[in-house]
Amino acid sequence: MSLWLFYAFGAVAVIGALGMVLNVRNAVASALCLVATMVALGGVHVLLEAYFVGALQVLVYAGAIVVLFVFVVMLLNLRRDGFPPARARLGRVTAAAVVGAALAGLVGLALTLPETAVPGATAALPEGFGGYRRVGAALFTDYLLAFEATSLLLLSAMVGAVVLAKRRGGDA
Amino acid sequence: MTVVVLKTLFILFVVLGAFLPLITWIERKQSALMQDRVGANRADILGITVLGLLHPAADVLKLLAKEDVVPKGASRALHLLAPALSLVPAITVLAVLPFGSTYRFGDFELSLVVADIDWGILFVFAMGALSTYGAIVAGWASNNNWSLLGSMRASSQMISYAVTMGLAAVGLFMVYGSLQLPEMAAYQDDTFRVLGFVERFGWVPALPAWLDWVRLPAWGVFLQPVGFVLFLTCILAENKRPPFDAPEGESELVAGYHLEYSGMRFGLFYTAEFLEVPVIGMLVTTLFLGGWSIPYLSQEAFIGGVAPVLGVGFATGLCLLVHVAAFFAKTLAMVWLLMALRWTLPRFRYDQVMDLCWKTILPLSLLNIAVTAVVLLWLEAP
Amino acid sequence: MIPIAHVIALSAVLFAIGALGVLVRRNLVVMLMSIELMLNAANLAFIGFARHHGDETGHVFVLMVIVVAAAEVAVGLGILIALFRNRASVDVEDASLLKW
Repeated sequence: MSLWLFYAFGAVAVIGALGMVLNVRNAVASALCLVATMVALGGVHVLLEAYFVGALQVLVYAGAIVVLFVFVVMLLNLRRDGFPPARARLGRVTAAAVVGAALAGLVGLALTLPETAVPGATAALPEGFGGYRRVGAALFTDYLLAFEATSLLLLSAMVGAVVLAKRRGGDA
Repeated sequence: MTVVVLKTLFILFVVLGAFLPLITWIERKQSALMQDRVGANRADILGITVLGLLHPAADVLKLLAKEDVVPKGASRALHLLAPALSLVPAITVLAVLPFGSTYRFGDFELSLVVADIDWGILFVFAMGALSTYGAIVAGWASNNNWSLLGSMRASSQMISYAVTMGLAAVGLFMVYGSLQLPEMAAYQDDTFRVLGFVERFGWVPALPAWLDWVRLPAWGVFLQPVGFVLFLTCILAENKRPPFDAPEGESELVAGYHLEYSGMRFGLFYTAEFLEVPVIGMLVTTLFLGGWSIPYLSQEAFIGGVAPVLGVGFATGLCLLVHVAAFFAKTLAMVWLLMALRWTLPRFRYDQVMDLCWKTILPLSLLNIAVTAVVLLWLEAP
Repeated sequence: MIPIAHVIALSAVLFAIGALGVLVRRNLVVMLMSIELMLNAANLAFIGFARHHGDETGHVFVLMVIVVAAAEVAVGLGILIALFRNRASVDVEDASLLKW
């Protein structure tokens, strides 16, 4: 059951991702495809027993970050998206080919490896694995310094974004 | 499995089948009352009007019969998708709201919540965040400047208030020690001594015995009064309810993001907005107004008191019915409050909405968290 | 029980699609979205291994990545708006003055 749900969510995620990259007409439609991918990945996280992270995935990525993208697209009113194939270059095609080949290699490698090739599998998970209590406890004890550092990062990013996007010197 | 299906059907039937039409009727009648007019009373079947209760049915028939227009230059697929995007999250939230406690009939345990998940409130917030897309996509896909302005207002307002809504409720989570909605509701099925904290100061040896009777229900609204006001404000703004409905302010933006919608597709936006009213009511009831609990009468006391007369099975059944009735009565009271607010307060200007969020509610909710943390530590210190 | 290899394969596919988006698209908005997709693919790998080893450290790392992604989007979109003000375009090839 959970395996089939995983395949379903994975298929939605991949289709959404492809839709985002290949949709060349409409940036908002791209963003919606990305939302589908994010929500599907939230489902995959829950299937992998990462309940807290799965909820945050939907809440932060789909609910805030992509809304920000869409907001900027609307703010700048980017109705037309330039993707003329005439200006496509050999470099891009080569890049796509290299990425595709590397991807095929990686996926083939991952799927042909026996399950025992990845060491350290645990059969039984601890009680409450992936819940907000255990993740929170880890975050506020072992990784407290990293947590505090992220607050600095967010502050600097916030100041930076305001400085960058603000209109300067009343040029309206 | 069948139990889950039954619970889903019950909640869908009650909320979508009974609450929604009732709420459109309450909205009309209350606005009429507050504006000193009669209100909807004309729709009739063979001359029978039943106080205007037939109007919801007439609305649906009218909307279904109308032409469905997609404006020229609009992106058709997105235009079709947007109403569903705004309706689905509101329905999904119903899955995690507990409309009753857990009851034991012999070996069978019945928990009156469809999906009892550990991180229930996060699910509610996540769905609330996703409901932004309905407004955004509608405005973008309509190819209309009023709609675009409306959806820009909607998106910035909704992500701003989603932040403060979460922060306003954090104090409550600290008090309850849980993110699980049924657990939160069960916590409130209790009372606390209003002056109990005085004993912690140390200079009062013991309170007189009669003060033990000065008790309040352990509801969120009494434990976190500031949090209640902030949360209610935020959830109103997050759902674009009046007085925070600048995204569809008809005096400036005609109708905002759903300007270019007609027929039943407009009806779906309308349904989503009216569905959000009982969902807000249920969420606030669960978080702050004790959920299904009856004040001063806990579940054990109720069953223990009635069981000698009716037997345990019937007592539990009666308790279940009373709890569900209490939950929906509280929800209706919240719905009435939202309607009264709607017809009392004028609309905020858009910059005032954003100022209120970032300059007033955000600092206040952070202060609330800090004070709650200090008080909790002080109360729990040995 | 979901095999770890399948999780990693999904993660690899998503990462490759994200990389493809950065390489072939010239719209800066979509390029930033593709970067988000790559970060998400990495998150998925973290979650998969956390499940595999029964250790929540991966979850903590994902939280950190989400914070970094939020910061990156804020700054990235700030740059994008500044660029649009100066060039009236979000095409990366219109911002090639530093290229030689």
